[in-house]
Amino acid sequence: MSDYLVQFNNISKFFGKVIALKDVTMKLRKGEIMCLLGDNGAGKSTLIKTLAGVHKPDEGEIIFEGKKIVFDSPKDALDIGIATVYQDLALVPLMSVTRNFFMGREPLKGPPFLKTFDIEKANKIAAERMGQIGIDVRDPSQAVGTMSGGERQCLAISRAIYFGAKVLVLDEPTSALGVHQASVVLKYIVKAASQGLAVILITHNVHHAYPVGNSFTVLNRGKSLGTYEKKDISREKLLSMMAGGEELDKLEVELKEMNRISS
Amino acid sequence: MSTKSKSIKSKTDFNQDERLKKVSNLKVLLNRPELGALGGAILVFIFFGIVAGDTGMFSAYGILNFLDVSANLGIIAIAAAMLMIGGEFDLSIGSMIGFAGICIAIPAIYWGWPLWMSIIFAFSMAVLVGYFNGILVVRTGLPSFIVTLAMLFILRGATLALTRLITGRTQVPGLRVLIENDPIAWIFATDSFKWVFTWLGSMNLIALRTDGTPLATGIPPSVIWFIALAILTTWILMKTRYGNWIFASGGDKNGANNVGVPVGRVKISLFIGTAVAATIFATIQVLDAGSADTMRGTLKELEAIAAAVVGGCLLTGGYGSAIGAAFGAIIFGTVSMGIFYTDVDTDWFKVFLGAMMLIAVIFNNYIRRKVTESK
Repeated sequence: MSDYLVQFNNISKFFGKVIALKDVTMKLRKGEIMCLLGDNGAGKSTLIKTLAGVHKPDEGEIIFEGKKIVFDSPKDALDIGIATVYQDLALVPLMSVTRNFFMGREPLKGPPFLKTFDIEKANKIAAERMGQIGIDVRDPSQAVGTMSGGERQCLAISRAIYFGAKVLVLDEPTSALGVHQASVVLKYIVKAASQGLAVILITHNVHHAYPVGNSFTVLNRGKSLGTYEKKDISREKLLSMMAGGEELDKLEVELKEMNRISS
Repeated sequence: MSTKSKSIKSKTDFNQDERLKKVSNLKVLLNRPELGALGGAILVFIFFGIVAGDTGMFSAYGILNFLDVSANLGIIAIAAAMLMIGGEFDLSIGSMIGFAGICIAIPAIYWGWPLWMSIIFAFSMAVLVGYFNGILVVRTGLPSFIVTLAMLFILRGATLALTRLITGRTQVPGLRVLIENDPIAWIFATDSFKWVFTWLGSMNLIALRTDGTPLATGIPPSVIWFIALAILTTWILMKTRYGNWIFASGGDKNGANNVGVPVGRVKISLFIGTAVAATIFATIQVLDAGSADTMRGTLKELEAIAAAVVGGCLLTGGYGSAIGAAFGAIIFGTVSMGIFYTDVDTDWFKVFLGAMMLIAVIFNNYIRRKVTESK
């Protein structure tokens, strides 16, 4: 037994001959933010889908609250409390904040067979929850399309938390955002973790990950290059690991060589 | 951390007045996709009030006349709007009208079924056709435009071929005598509030026939169905969980799926809705005319979609209103009948219909851009 909330042990995933993931291990405690770093093609998407229950791992095990579990569908993952916020956020811009917040899980009222969507209650909860993040939704019936990218991200995260997420998997939450918006979202992620959630933050932006993460896992070509506590690794080291530092060093040498010959 | 301090400093930026003001203005437009259609309907009434105010268009008889036409179109336009909000099209509505008509007429006339049974038969066929359309679109992922276009031809062709095969002709008359004492037919064939018109007639407030009975005998069944459907669908869209699922399915299929909306089931149910609405339309018309015609309903699907678009539905789904489609149908119905009361050649009606739709689409598109633009 351990004090880990969730453990992904030696997860591997193959698509035919392609090894998408090999022996990836991640462990998270409550209140911890683990940043999963990796360049394009590192296997981040496959890993996310495995965490979310879309893919079944071909090898390895997932242990949640000390029990081994198997996901058959995304719903299974959601039911035990692993919520994934994808890059597209699953928000409909034309629908109101409230209708988005409760999409698929609308509160009902009224007699059986004539149950209606309890919009008053939903409006109240949505406004309250958004208020807690510092987003003043004066009118929760305003369309999500009028919100900024950061606000939408916060809405999607806040929705996942409201519906009982214990482990939050965030797919590139800051990639489409400016510096200011990104910082708002990151702040909210830290706040969410401090309330006892475990957060897996997937990103390729070390500058966003480093300030908020407690530990860092670097993924390269489907393999984990290891997990490091923050105190054990510097931002620069992470950056060079992620970008395949050796390759860049080699490139630099080659370029120097070329310059020398041509001059 | 530098990032953190930055975010604290900028927290106040979120509460800027400038932003909230902009939202509250937009909100007015947003909450009312039917606004344009309502305005259009009012304009149409004002126009005919001025041009044709003294011609009898706005007598009880005249009003019922254009309301009847509007209501017939409205029944299918509302269903088409629901489906469009759910992100799909149904081009087979018109063919379904013809098909449903002969589904009632042939069993009743040639097979000796009681009328109520043939009506139930027609509605069962509608559910099947709608389900088939829906499952095909959901399972194959093909655009509903193509799938239902195929169904447009299949249904119309089958209607013609089967009718000629069974009856040797393309029309099936002789239904009128069966309506009396039928336990179901009256729902589609009875004028309502007759006493009001009798009373108005006796007070000499409305025009009378030579025998003293009022010219307008009662509210036609189409109008009652139209109003009932408009109320029901608006309630569904605004007040129920299923309504939220319709918006979500049309707005972002994948997103809705990811948060647990049964998108497939929602879409299939909406396809069943358009087929059933086409059958309501057909039943009312067949019982009113006393005969079924294989060509009935031709091009009605396009009128229904036009009315839905004028009513504020986006062609891309996720946005619109049932009551807007109802206003759209009223605009078309009123103009198509009203044009007879003016000096304008009725040929111009289609020009109007097209122009109206074009304006509506441009207007809707503008709103959509406004809404989806993020700042």
